[in-house]
Parts: sequence; structure tokens; C-alpha cells
Amino acid sequence: MIDKKILRFLQVDALLSVSEIAEQVGVGTASCWRRIDRMEKANIIKERAVILDPKALGLEVEVSLRITLDKTQTDAFDRFIEAARELKEVNEIQTFLGRVDVRLNVLARDMAHYQEIYRKHILSLPHIADIEALMLVSNVMTKDGVPL
Amino acid sequence: MIELDNIDRALLRALQDDGSARASDLGRVVGLSQPAAWRRIKRLETGGVIKGRRALLDAVKLGYGVTVFLGIKLAAKSGVSLEDFERAVSAIPEVQLVQHVLGMYDYRLKVVATDLSDFERVLRRRIMTLPGVGDVEANVLLSEEKRGFAI
Repeated sequence: MIDKKILRFLQVDALLSVSEIAEQVGVGTASCWRRIDRMEKANIIKERAVILDPKALGLEVEVSLRITLDKTQTDAFDRFIEAARELKEVNEIQTFLGRVDVRLNVLARDMAHYQEIYRKHILSLPHIADIEALMLVSNVMTKDGVPL
Repeated sequence: MIELDNIDRALLRALQDDGSARASDLGRVVGLSQPAAWRRIKRLETGGVIKGRRALLDAVKLGYGVTVFLGIKLAAKSGVSLEDFERAVSAIPEVQLVQHVLGMYDYRLKVVATDLSDFERVLRRRIMTLPGVGDVEANVLLSEEKRGFAI
């Protein structure tokens, strides 16, 4: 599958030129360009994203907050997520089927900053039944894509 | 850690908004010439602030309909080293993220699979058979919103 080979390269380095990818994959540049263009239009390639190191930006603390909501409130999910979106220290909001309902990824400068975010902002989010925290020690592997 | 001034921060914000932007586009946004923007970006790359750029793909359209996050606790008396566990788990193709964490689990994994029965296969044959695996909790991803860091 030529398309998958192309994606394999773009998934690792989105700045590779079309001619470089074409050469690696073994197709002509024009054909490679058409394939990439088609996959972009079909939204198979959603976007090209920059990967930044939070520590280099002074964000030393990263915590996964796993939250169970009070589901007796019918609009608990919507109201919780709406409020969580307002917090600039939250860079990921995920919802799940399982014991955990929602996960927030929180980034802070240090533990004191994290504590402030947690007490002032997280604990005042609506409809929380239970919170559990996993603090990131290290990223062991971060392909974070699709196996191709 | 390299020092960042306001122009660097503006460049990083612009890059977070559009990861496909080239030095000339970025220069225009922050008011720099193309070579000046390019030099700053190079410095941010060699300084480790920018780790790379990657294409984000639609997993569902590529046949991976199910994403599951696992919390894994290593069995206390297994005698397996963390390095051995990490090496083995990182080699499983369906495992796309491995984080060492502190809390009620030791590791957080992201697993993609074509459907739930494929996930069950990965869980039983690849993950539960890893050396040292104790408690495992699975949560199936329903929706996800991501955004850049507050810079």
C-alpha cells in the first residue's frame, strides 16, 4: 500500500518534501503529491502539528486527572466539559466508557502552581463525584499515531 | 533550558495554531524577515523546545475504530525490571503511547485496535502476557479535544 507508506513518513516528520517522500516510497513526485492531496481532502491527514517539549516551556509538572461524574445529573458531562474548556492549564479533555468518565491533562510550572490550579479551579468544576491523579514521571514512548 | 523572549513565544504560538507554517509565514505573523524567523526556529529546534512536526491522521478512517487507555500496575513481587517491561510494551505495534506515572497505576498506555474484539486479542495475547503485569484497567475513548500549551 503506497498511501500507507507515505503516511508512515508524514506521521514521523510532516516537513519532509513531497520529492523526498516520493523517492523513499518509490513513486513519481507528481503521483505522490496527488496522493497526499487526496488524503488531505478526505481528512485522512487531519493536520500537521508541531510537537513542543512542555519542560522547555517551563511546564515541569504534568498530571492526568481521572474524573468520575455524578451521572444523576443529566447534563453533567456537558456542563463539566464546558467549564473545563475555560481552564488554560488543561490541554486535553477526553471522555471514556469505563470506570473513568473524563480525563483532564493538566500542565503546571511546579508543584505549588499545580496545587493552586487543583484547589482553585479543578475542585470547583461542576458534578465531580470522584477524582484520581496520575502524575507523569516520564514519557517512555510517544508515537501516538496509527500503526501503518 | 534555553531562554525564550516574547518573539520566540509568539512564534511558538503561531506554530501551535498551524503546524504546517513555514518560516516565511511565521515571520509575517510575528513581524520578522523570513531569514530571521528561520534562525529563531532553528534555535528553538536545536534547543529542544520544538521536537518535530508530525501529520495527525484519522485513526478511524485508517481502520482503527477503537482507542483504549490502559492503567497498568506491575505485580509487586514479579522481579521484572522496569526497563524490561518498558521495552516489551513499547514493541507492541498497537501500543502508541507509554507513560510511566505515579499514582494508583505505574503505567498509562494508549492502545489502538480495529474493533473491540481486536482490542481483546491485543489485551489478552500481547499485554496480559507481558512480564510483571498485575492489575489492568481499561477505559474506551469516546471523544477527545486537544489544544496547545498555554505559552
